[in-house]
Amino acid sequence: MDKDILLKVSGLRAKVENKEILRGIDLEIHPGEVHAIMGPNGSGKSTLSGVLAGDPAYTVTGGSAIFHGINLLELSPEDRSHEGLFLSFQYPVEIPGVSMVNFMRAAVNAKREYFHEAPLSAGEFLKLMRAKRAIVELDNKLASRSVNEGFSGGEKKRNEIFQMAVLEPRLAILDETDSGLDIDALRVVAGGVNKLKTDRNATIVITHYQRLLDYIKPDFVHVLYKGRIVRTGGPELALELEERGYDWIKELEDNK
Amino acid sequence: MENKPKNIPESTDDIIGDVTGSEYKYGFVTDVETDRIPVGLSEEVIRLISHKKGEPDWLLDFRLKAYRYWLTLTPPHWGHLNIPDFDYQAISYYAAPGKKKAPGSLDEIDPEIRDTFNRLGIPLEEQKHLAGMAVDAVMDSVSVKTTHREALAEKGIIFCSISEAVKDFPDLVRKYLGSVVSYKDNFYAALNSAVFSDGSFVYIPKGVRCPMELSTYFRINASGTGQFERTLIIADDDAYVSYLEGCTAPMRDENQLHAAIVEIVVEDRAEVKYSTVQNWYAGDAEGRGGVYNLVTKRGLCRGDYSKLSWTQVETGSAITWKYPSCVLAGRGSTGEFYSVAVTRNHQQADTGTKMIHLAPDTRSTIVSKGISAGYSENSYRGQVKVTPAAEGARNYTQCDSLLLGSNCGAHTFPYIDVMNPTAIVEHEATTSKISEDQLFYCNQRGIPTEEAIGLIVNGYAKEVMNKLPMEFAVEAQKLLQITLEGSVG
Amino acid sequence: MSSLTQYTDLYRQTAAKIDANSAPVLNALRPAALEALDRAGRLPLPSDEGFEKTSIEEMYAPDFGLNPDRLPIEADIAATFRCDVPNLSTLLALVVNDRFVPTSTLIKNLPEGVTVCSLREAALNHPDLVAKYYGRLAPLDVPGVALNTLLCQEGVFIHVGAGVRLHKPLQLVNIFSARFPFMAPRRILLVAEDGAEVQLLKCDHTQTPGVKYLSSEVVEIYAGAGARIGWYDLEESSAETARYSQFYLRQERDSHFDSCTATLCNGSTRNEYNIDVVGNGCHTLLAGMAIGTGSQHVDNNSQLTHRSEHSSSRQLFKYVLDDRATGAFEGSIEVAHGARFTEAYQSNRNILASRDARMHTKPQLLIYNDDVKCSHGATTGQLDAEALFYMQTRGIPMKEARRMLMQAFLVDVIDAISLEQLRDRLRHMVENRFSGDHTTCTTCRNNPASKI
Repeated sequence: MDKDILLKVSGLRAKVENKEILRGIDLEIHPGEVHAIMGPNGSGKSTLSGVLAGDPAYTVTGGSAIFHGINLLELSPEDRSHEGLFLSFQYPVEIPGVSMVNFMRAAVNAKREYFHEAPLSAGEFLKLMRAKRAIVELDNKLASRSVNEGFSGGEKKRNEIFQMAVLEPRLAILDETDSGLDIDALRVVAGGVNKLKTDRNATIVITHYQRLLDYIKPDFVHVLYKGRIVRTGGPELALELEERGYDWIKELEDNK
Repeated sequence: MENKPKNIPESTDDIIGDVTGSEYKYGFVTDVETDRIPVGLSEEVIRLISHKKGEPDWLLDFRLKAYRYWLTLTPPHWGHLNIPDFDYQAISYYAAPGKKKAPGSLDEIDPEIRDTFNRLGIPLEEQKHLAGMAVDAVMDSVSVKTTHREALAEKGIIFCSISEAVKDFPDLVRKYLGSVVSYKDNFYAALNSAVFSDGSFVYIPKGVRCPMELSTYFRINASGTGQFERTLIIADDDAYVSYLEGCTAPMRDENQLHAAIVEIVVEDRAEVKYSTVQNWYAGDAEGRGGVYNLVTKRGLCRGDYSKLSWTQVETGSAITWKYPSCVLAGRGSTGEFYSVAVTRNHQQADTGTKMIHLAPDTRSTIVSKGISAGYSENSYRGQVKVTPAAEGARNYTQCDSLLLGSNCGAHTFPYIDVMNPTAIVEHEATTSKISEDQLFYCNQRGIPTEEAIGLIVNGYAKEVMNKLPMEFAVEAQKLLQITLEGSVG
Repeated sequence: MSSLTQYTDLYRQTAAKIDANSAPVLNALRPAALEALDRAGRLPLPSDEGFEKTSIEEMYAPDFGLNPDRLPIEADIAATFRCDVPNLSTLLALVVNDRFVPTSTLIKNLPEGVTVCSLREAALNHPDLVAKYYGRLAPLDVPGVALNTLLCQEGVFIHVGAGVRLHKPLQLVNIFSARFPFMAPRRILLVAEDGAEVQLLKCDHTQTPGVKYLSSEVVEIYAGAGARIGWYDLEESSAETARYSQFYLRQERDSHFDSCTATLCNGSTRNEYNIDVVGNGCHTLLAGMAIGTGSQHVDNNSQLTHRSEHSSSRQLFKYVLDDRATGAFEGSIEVAHGARFTEAYQSNRNILASRDARMHTKPQLLIYNDDVKCSHGATTGQLDAEALFYMQTRGIPMKEARRMLMQAFLVDVIDAISLEQLRDRLRHMVENRFSGDHTTCTTCRNNPASKI
């Protein structure tokens, strides 16, 4: 086993309600890398992130996903989280009645329990929250509110990156994190992601546009189309897509 | 200049005082010879009806069983209704206009009857009729004419009066009659099963989409009678049909009884749309006369992924007691109920639906819009039941009431039983009046108050009106406007 | 034969004793109550409208003992029961079975113009005052009320004089303690005169689980003009405890009534709220929650009538039902002729957490006036699957995520309570209830709750 591989996805297939969306995905990610996954609408980008995070809406029909030596597909969504997988949702879910503080304390302590560590004291926990909030300039007031309830689009995305900062994942998947953000919010969110980047963790950036990649520089760019990665290249591929659109790729692929 | 910024009458009473109700334009009586049996109800009478109709023994047995059961029952009193005692021995249970033999061609129809239906806007001549609609015209107890039969027959569709169906398709009728609404269902259903006179029969074969709207027009003409029609619709696998029902009656001081049964069976992937515009005579402004409309309508979505949709616009009748229901027995079957019920003067309506979820993934939607004016009472009563087997069932119910005036009542009585944790059942209800802001806004744009109310009410009812077939929707909209004319404030 | 007979028979045999150990004002209504019961012939059954899911006949069927002789029954009062609400100092009184037991703090600290004593004592000392109110709101043609009136000997009397504001909440702890099946006819008469202000926290407990109890409770509350009343009712009894509580409230103009009833742990409970808003400008809040596990049964029934102008009411009832628990909610809002400018809202939301849990809902509106804003809503469903997945991706285990969501579901009922300390306390109790810890007040040692 190659210890340097963080995530190895081979021939991954998945369906939702009897419709096959992923039709054989191969992907290899090493620590320290940033991968961008791009593709037209409906190509399966969000499905891929959902399947990796264990969304019960999808059924895996084939292939494998090995996350630092562990079979990811066998784990419950919470254990995937404990093992270091983080998904920043395209549409973060509102949970009325559950305060951000209680939500994050439950998350942090569940992870600590998983690794047989004692739960954080209230003081330690609040200190941690304060420290991490600074990374994305998240307003203190939001912490006392219910999870994502009444948050603006920008606040929701900032909240996602804040949670990522608290949970310190080994692999973060940012699903369309740029959607619905104005340029200032985008800068703050991307800045947060960059601050959290080390040579030991990795990031998958799922996006439709090149814009986000100006702020989060990818090492690899993959193009997803009809449930397969049809092209892989460096940052220049994203620029080419920005200029030429997706139609030429569709044409090439459909005529194969 | 008169200081009266809003074109709103001083008080509700003024407007109600102004108007004794707009004219019921279907209130005329047709002078036609009527074959009628003596008043009263007994086994003899039932045998006589059955004999007159030349029925087979099994049907007479069915009637007699129902009659004997009916004798053991008392009328239901759970509705939010004040139903005066009705003397069931004082009316005649069979009245047939004109010739005793069902006419085969138009020439055989009594010109008076043809004229009646013309005045009602239901021409019996096929060429004059809307091309997309076949009509079964029922006056009092019998069907007088069914149009477009041949065209339908080519596709294997049966559309005829139920009396004919008993003769021509006895096996089909015997198989389905009483299978959805048992004669034991309730007091009025038992009565209907004993004495039902005529009604429509529809059978759509497997895979056939009925190319035109099927329609039955019910007319009570004779006095001292009731109407007890019975409709049976069967949509076989993958079939589709849209069925319309309209009704009117003359203005009479007496209360006439209408106790009908509609049974619908929907097989695999089939769809039935049943639309009603109910405009029975509602009685006069003081609440004298009018039809007691006490009907049992129910459909069985027996097939997987079948669908039944009820749409009703209820404007007539002195008393309405009616709950078109869906029994969702097929996996993934869908039931819908869209209703607009308008009451004014002294009308009373207690109407709604039952959605019985028996199978997994069943869906139901209920949208009910009540509009009350004058001294009327308007109630929505509905049941949503999710049985333990109905995994993943969904229901959405929305009941809105609009009150026009402060002497009327608007009520909501939903019964919700959930016995499966994967079900999601939602019920929302609101009661409100037309906002003065809306009226003022219309007035400011030059729309008089009465017209503005018409506009707003039509907007309010639109969600339901949109579910009606187009030809009907226009009629229903006009009807709504006329019904409310002057009765609002 | 109806369950009623055993009680009417008992009354016929012991009428003299019952009267002797009560007060003439209370005794005066007994003959009419007996007559009403004989006329009714039985207690309500599921075939009666409004009782679809609860048989009162069945509730009253066991052979319960009563205590017409007022023999003292042992109860470990001081040691076991002090229903603590942290940081909240209350004026505490107890009702052991159906015996009123004031505490010394209550007696010492009652401000002038406030009376809290046994109804019997009040009826003996101030017969005119009690006669003016007793049995005037709760009608004898309701069988439960008639039976309570027939058998009630003691009860609780609370009187807050005009303009008197009680700063400390009153706390009334109802305790069941007996070695044999026992029925307690409990009665509360609360009169808040014009401009009075009072908050009452009531806790129902069962001290000796395993023994069958029945609480027959009738509450009558008068809210005078401009009065402000808070009514908080917590039930944490046992699986063997049945409770039939009938509540009657009359609101005069500009009065405010806030309430919350929490059924956290019980056997079989039926609560009826009858609220008559007769004065203009009133406000009414009726909140309730139920957490049902095992084979618990909770049935709340509210009838709220607006007879006056410019009043508002809000009702919010939420249920979380697990295992084989059953719930019922029936509520009706009636807006009478002439009750213009009424705003009335009612909401019933339920979560079924298991296959065998059942919920029956019947929210009703009866509106006889056009100048109103009324709505009701009811939903029954399960926990939000998306929220569950979102929480899991953040590492929160499924079980905990479910618990957090259930708790969150009840938050708005808790938030409806205006006493901050009680809010915190209840939040904590709900949390414990869902965690499967003991649910009782910190110092109560009974009432183990099953896990959800």
